Amino acid sequence: MTTTSASTASAGVFDDITSSESSLRRFLHGLPGVDQVGADARAAALGTRSIKTTAKAFAIDLAIRMVDLTTLEGQDTPGKVRALASKAMRPDPADPTCPAAAAVCVYPDMVATAKQTLGDSGVNVAAVATAFPSGRAALDIKLADTRDAVEAGADEIDMVIDRGAFLAGRYQQVYDEIVAVREACGSAHLKVIFETGELQTYDNVRRASWLAMMAGGHFIKTSTGKVQPAATLPVTMIMLEAVRDFREMTGQMVGVKPAGGIRASKDAIKYLVMVNEVAGADWLDPDWFRFGASTLLNDLLMQRTKMQTGRYSGPDYFTLD
Amino acid sequence: MARIDVKKTYKLYIGGQFPRSESGRSYVVNDAKGALQANASQASRKDARDAVVAARKAFGGWSGRTAYNRGQVVYRIAEVLEGRRDQFVAELRASEGVAGAKANAAVDAAIDRLVWYAGWADKITQVVGTANPVAGPYFNISSPEPTGVVAVVAPRSPLLGLVSVVAPVITTGNTCVVIASEPHPLTAITLGEVMATSDLPGGVVNVLTGSVAEIAPWLASHMDVNGLDLTGVEDADLATSLEVAAADNLKRVRRAPAAEPDWLAVPGTDRMTDWLETKTVWHPIGI
Repeated sequence: MTTTSASTASAGVFDDITSSESSLRRFLHGLPGVDQVGADARAAALGTRSIKTTAKAFAIDLAIRMVDLTTLEGQDTPGKVRALASKAMRPDPADPTCPAAAAVCVYPDMVATAKQTLGDSGVNVAAVATAFPSGRAALDIKLADTRDAVEAGADEIDMVIDRGAFLAGRYQQVYDEIVAVREACGSAHLKVIFETGELQTYDNVRRASWLAMMAGGHFIKTSTGKVQPAATLPVTMIMLEAVRDFREMTGQMVGVKPAGGIRASKDAIKYLVMVNEVAGADWLDPDWFRFGASTLLNDLLMQRTKMQTGRYSGPDYFTLD
Repeated sequence: MARIDVKKTYKLYIGGQFPRSESGRSYVVNDAKGALQANASQASRKDARDAVVAARKAFGGWSGRTAYNRGQVVYRIAEVLEGRRDQFVAELRASEGVAGAKANAAVDAAIDRLVWYAGWADKITQVVGTANPVAGPYFNISSPEPTGVVAVVAPRSPLLGLVSVVAPVITTGNTCVVIASEPHPLTAITLGEVMATSDLPGGVVNVLTGSVAEIAPWLASHMDVNGLDLTGVEDADLATSLEVAAADNLKRVRRAPAAEPDWLAVPGTDRMTDWLETKTVWHPIGI
């Protein structure tokens, strides 16, 4: 085996499991199956909590701090990335009490531009790498992509797994790729994107979560945002259960990032309730939970303004992005 | 065997859909004799918020249509209303307690009013737009543009009054959120059904039923509402407070009239020009 998992703190626990394709398969297929109807029902039930007044104000500010402000378009220009980075630092220029977003998420070639604007503001730069969004390229190309982004100054790398290999059952290949990318990341944090919309079943989401955590991912992320359905409540719940169980087993915390399709403050608050109920309050922190979003931020800001002024705000008063 | 009555549920009209109030509330609407006519939805501030979102979403498409096409759509509302005249006559007789002839006359006038405004759709620009003479080699053209989302408090007159305030707003390319007459809300929802089945895109007209004093302040202070028509506000203090709230983002306000206007009179163009803003363009000559 070439998987020198020295950088993985929990390496020892899983050495037996990850030593061969068949043991990996035995472990992943031995995970308890997900009750799909039950998962959907629990996620829906958690979404009915009423969060009002001070709790709502807290949730909105927390959600703003958790936003990975994202632009992943072919039409991205340095100007747009600079504007987005400025917005991440001061989401509401009219209100100095408004917290900053967690990070700006861009393609690797835009990392330097984003870094230049953000400086040492505390807002991180996340780069999608490894042949995003399809993940269909040779390993050395994926690694080169990752190293480029890290060298340009990315603090976080969002990699995509090879869904084709995963669905075909080549778990070892997926595992080795994550380990290799993690090494290429150096000190940068690694987020592993599953593209749950392509994984077909909740069982697969659970397996992918364990696979990525065993391979040393710092974060597990639902989607690229390029495939529908993107992030959903039940899928995020299954991932939160996985990180909770992983901590029980190894003592190590892994973050979760739903991305794509979360546009309203109300939805974001549903996710926060679920984080608190499923994983625990420890995860209610930008270091352990993020939202991959762009339009969500404006809705959060409008809700924030509404709570402060007592009147409904409108999109005219916030930047377009 | 006696047949069971099939009573109609009067809901709101928001974004082309007929949702119940988010609050789950309803209120009793009595007919002219004081007997129960139906239950109407009692809209909350969140229904008003949703209606503004729907109106804003519809604004781009509606204002972007040609004026000629908007005229066709408003005419189409008149056509569909004509086809359902019996229903409206019956509703007016029940809610206002008027005789058949008077109810018929009100429906006629409402249909004619729609046709009248439909005709104005592609003519108002010629009347209030101008080519201005300027001291330089430029074409200088002023043209009226729709204001945006207009919140309308509809007057007591259930059909003719409602049509008279809504038609000018949408004919000129605006979208609107209408609070129906509090004592006579049912006709407004039936008119919503007419609009839903004519060619009017969803969200151009949104109808809320319920308490004006409860809903109107939220619309008046809403930063994404561009105009406020207070025609149906009967309480002078409320009208004043709404005007104050509307000043925050400089909404265009049409003030409440001292008494309900005579809706049968020929309206004039002021209800259209209230919701138009003048855009002036300078264009060099000779290039």
